[in-house]
Formats: sequence, C-alpha cells, structure tokens
Amino acid sequence: MGTGAEIVSEPQASEPSPRPVSARRAEPVVSIRDLSVCFDTPDGVVHAVDSVSYDVGPGEIVAVVGESGCGKTVTALTVLGLLPQPPGRVVGGEVRFEGRDLLAASRRELRAIRGAAISMIFQDPQSSLNPVFSIGRQIVDVLRAHDRRLSKADARARTVELLSTVGIPEPASRLGEYPHQWSGGMCQRAMIAMAIANRPRLLIADEPTTALDVTTQAQVLDVLRVAQRETGAAAILITHDLGVVAEMADRVVVMYAGRVVETGSVGAIFHEPRHPYTVGLMASLPRLDGDDDNLDPIPGRPPSLISRPSGCCFHPRCQLRRQRDRCVEQAPVLLEAGRAGHRSACHFHDEVRSEAAGGAAGEVRKGGRPSPAGVAEPVP
Amino acid sequence: MTSPAPPSAPAPARPSGAGPYARAAPGDEVLRVEDLAVHFGSPAGQWRRAEPVRAVDGISFTLDAGETLGLVGESGCGKSTTALAVMRLVTPTSGRILFRGQDITTHSRKRMRPLRRNIQIVFQDPHASVNPRLTVNRIVAEPLEVHGIVGTERRARVAQLLRLVGLDPEHGARHPHQFSGGQLQRVGIARALALDPQVLVLDEPVSALDVSIQAQIITLLRQLQDRLGLAYLFISHDLSVVRHISHRVAVMFRGRIVETGDRATVYRSPTHAYTRALLAAVPVPDPDRRRALPA
Repeated sequence: MGTGAEIVSEPQASEPSPRPVSARRAEPVVSIRDLSVCFDTPDGVVHAVDSVSYDVGPGEIVAVVGESGCGKTVTALTVLGLLPQPPGRVVGGEVRFEGRDLLAASRRELRAIRGAAISMIFQDPQSSLNPVFSIGRQIVDVLRAHDRRLSKADARARTVELLSTVGIPEPASRLGEYPHQWSGGMCQRAMIAMAIANRPRLLIADEPTTALDVTTQAQVLDVLRVAQRETGAAAILITHDLGVVAEMADRVVVMYAGRVVETGSVGAIFHEPRHPYTVGLMASLPRLDGDDDNLDPIPGRPPSLISRPSGCCFHPRCQLRRQRDRCVEQAPVLLEAGRAGHRSACHFHDEVRSEAAGGAAGEVRKGGRPSPAGVAEPVP
Repeated sequence: MTSPAPPSAPAPARPSGAGPYARAAPGDEVLRVEDLAVHFGSPAGQWRRAEPVRAVDGISFTLDAGETLGLVGESGCGKSTTALAVMRLVTPTSGRILFRGQDITTHSRKRMRPLRRNIQIVFQDPHASVNPRLTVNRIVAEPLEVHGIVGTERRARVAQLLRLVGLDPEHGARHPHQFSGGQLQRVGIARALALDPQVLVLDEPVSALDVSIQAQIITLLRQLQDRLGLAYLFISHDLSVVRHISHRVAVMFRGRIVETGDRATVYRSPTHAYTRALLAAVPVPDPDRRRALPA
C-alpha cells in the first residue's frame, strides 16, 4: 500500500458493492454462542447476560431490542472486549468473529481488531468524541492507528472523503473544528465516519440515534444505511425503538432479562410475533398510524437480575401463562416457531399464534394495514 | 384492557384549606396564554451586541378543564420554557398568562403562592426530581406541609395519593433508590396531585421510561384525568406519545406555534411544512412501510 489514492480506491475496486442480502447463508461474520456474563455487586451477582446466542451474516443488519437492563449492550461490549472486568465476568460461551475466538484474544490482538475489523458507534456523540482534539484529528488518528504507513496528508484526504460520505458539507474546511462547534447530528455523522474509516466487517451501533431529534434521527439513520451498504459490513443495531428496528433491520433479536426470547426476520417479528413479551411490547407502543389510541401496557415491571423469577423470566407478567406450572418450573429454550429461522422461547408459542388471529396479539396490528402472512418476508 | 394499576380507591377528598378557586366544570377554560414571549440574555451594552435568545416568541393557547393540550417540538423549540413560564418559574418578557380569567403574569412570588396548588408540574427525570434523602411519604407530604395540612389528615392523604397512582402505601417508608424509574414517576405524579390541582404541566413525563412502563404511565395519566377532571399541558418531543394522550395538539418550532388544532386534524392532514416534515421523520414500526433510501 503506497499512496493514499490507492488506499481510497482499492477497497472500492475489490468490493462487490451492495452485497446481496442472500449472502446470509454464508458463514456468519460474528457468532455468539451461549454467552453468559455476570456482574459482582455488593447486593449480589447480577446475571446480565444468560446463554445468549445469535449470528450476524455478511451485509446483514441484526437489531437487538429490549428494555433497559435486558443485556443488549453488555452482549455487544463483550464482543468488543470492552466489558469492565471486574465487576464484569464472562461465565461461559464464546464469541467467534470470522472464525476466531474473541474471548480468548489477547489485549493486543483486540486492539488491532477494534476500530478496524469491528467498530462501534455509541449513543451520545458529544461525549464519545474527545473535546480537546479537532474532529479531523480524531478521524486521522483512527486511520493511522491501524495503518502506520499512511501519511498525514493521505489520512487527511481520506478523512475529507469520509466526512463527505456521511453528508458533512464542505468537509475540507471543517476538519479543524471541535466537537462543541458541531450539532449532535453532525457529531454522530462524524462518529459514523470514524466507525467506517477502516472498512469494518462488523459495525456495532448502540442506540445511535436515541440522543437525537426526530428529523435528525431520520437523516442519521439514512447515513448509517448508506455507510453500511457501501462498506458491506455486517451490523448489530442495539435499540429500544421498534420504529428504528422496522426501518433498519433484516433480522431481530428480542431480549428480556438477559435472555433472548425471540428471534426472526423483521417481517416475522412485527407481523407474527410468537412470544408474549414481543406481543406486549408492540401493544405498548404508541404509534402514529392506526385509529385506536388505547395502549395495552404489560403489567408489572422487569425482574431484578439478582433474583430472577424461576422458569421463564417473563412468567410474572405474562398474560398467556394462565396459572400453568410449566412456566414457573421450566426455563424455556429457543425453539423453531413457524417459519424457518423464527424462534421463540415460550412453552406455549403456538397459542401466541392462535391468539394473534383475534385475541390479545391481534391488538398488535391495530390500525396497521392488514398484513397477510408471507408479504413481510424480505428474503426467501 | 388491562391496566397496570387500576386506581380503585374512591375519588380523593379535597384536602382542607381549599384554594381561592373553586374547581372548574368540565369544558371551562382554566388556562389562557396570550402572545407569550420569553427572551433570555441581557440587553446590548457597550461590549455586547448579542441578540437575546427568543426562546418563546409570541405564542397563544387555551386549556380547558378535563382536556389535554399536547405541545410538541424538537429540542430548543421553546416547549420547556413555555412550561416554566406557565408555572411562573421564569418571568415572561411580554404577553399574558391567565389562570381562570385572572392575570397572573406579574404576580409576585407571595401572590403566586396560594395559586401554586392549582398549577403543578411533573418533570422528565423521576430520579432527579425527588430528594434522595427523603422517604416517599415525606416527598409526597411536602406540598401538603408547605400548604399547612397537618397531622392525621396529612398521613391519610399521602396514603390515598399513593393508592391513587397505583403504589402500595406500605412502600411509603422507602427511599427513592429502592424504586424503579416508572414507580418513581408515579411518586412524582402523586406529589403533583397532592394539593388537588386543576392544571398539571407534564414536561416529558414518559421520555425517560421504557416502552412497557411508558404505556403504564400514559394509561394512568388518562385514568386520572377522567376521574379528577384535570387539565394537562403535555410537553413532549415524541409525536406518537402526544397523539395517544392529547385532545388538541400545538406544534412548536423556533419559539412559535406553527400549527395547532384538534388531534385528528393535525395528524391526518397537517398543513404546515414543518409538521409534515416532523411526521414524515418518525420511523413507522412496520417493516412493510420502510422509507426508501435517498439515492
């Protein structure tokens, strides 16, 4: 690799730009298997992540949804080797990235991977950027940290190009500006530029638009989609916002109390949810479409992760349980429910479907246009 | 419909020492804001030529008993400053604020005091808006204390308020850190209701909450309004939440109300370009209706 011009053009030449989503059948880029993470606290052991497994294929966007404390961020931090240890502790499982076990990687190896092969976008751009260095300098640093031979001038040229990719007007004249001079939306664009600077194969975005206003959010989501498409990276999108999920994701992982309770294609999750928690989330969601303005909240609140309920963690709040002992005695595992790839951790997931025809789950579709099965599936 | 916390207690008795205002009948105007402006920043001087920040720049609206007006807009549009001005926690630069026909715009703190029981506020962050060192009983009792309600009457009223918002009065002896965000927001609502107000200013009351808890609080607020005939000024950046709770909606942009009307009209046929842009930007939770990516 000699000049910057080559660096800029080389990956584009070799990249089969926008990758077909059917590449999903290929080897997953990242594969999380039975990952369990605990935190030791004065009050007891917090089981933050419990036997979580999911894969992300090349070019695929997987959204991880759930409420605060459900373990979605801890899972991602563990993938990156950023889990604070102590108090955090990986109790079991593995994380394979392109075949190698990240949990066994040395700190040095992880440092080479982070910011290059895997990069991350955090929620609050203003606090993720360093206030005392110019934006340009911070992006140049990311480039040169992973390519020592890259000259300053070439790194600068690439930075200008990156900033224009994410839609910063007149990037060349703004390199010297500092984070406080930029708005939240612009800072988040800079974070995205930084995250894609080294053409990552995996992009992790943790609530990337939660701190932004709705009009800015729409723009930043577009930038993120473009960036993901252009780099062909696999992406893990962590969010609590089901609107963002519907907008962005190919597949969805729903987490509750540290466990994966349902996973499937975005169409299946939204149109044929097969876990009572997913159904409850959808019914709790205030929406702009539809005529019914009554919300149907899930009663109660998420359990303490120190003393979780026995059996299925959701049973104290579940409307499908109907006093059945199995929910209290036996922890459900993820099993195929309906179409291939759609899995639910509910003993009675068949009943979720039968109720979806007219009962509680039917509420989910209130106001939404009727969604005949099969329409939603984006990919065969 | 299953409600998380059916407030099954009887309608609360009014605390003694009723305020100077009898309760408005449903549909009566309780609050009127005329051409309100709040500007920040000192006037230009020898070394300063800075223009003042026109946080609120001439807005007008009315609010009736039993009604919710949703004030919606993005950060910096002036919606929270409007809340503070209505509470008389900032002094308006110009314009008038009338509570039940009486002009309170220039009331002194002393003259505002007896009125405060009629206009109460609930804040966004439930943890930041309570004193961590007080028990929940004390937190809810504080407004009663300030307004001279004492002894067994006060204790009974606190228990009644906690039941009203769906909390167990047994838990009143606990401290805020022992509560979740949703429960603590119920405490904030109980405190705001302590003096039986007629107007409740709700400044992003569910924005810090998870979606399942948010739905519980929205449902609770609607039930309380039906039972107590409260008028809500509901301030939020979230168009979907505002749609679910409001009767009328006002859209704010750069210190002004750019569009206002009843909910169905504003959401179904918005006329102002900004309202349309705002509505178009909300991600729809339906993957079949994904926006196309601009080329």
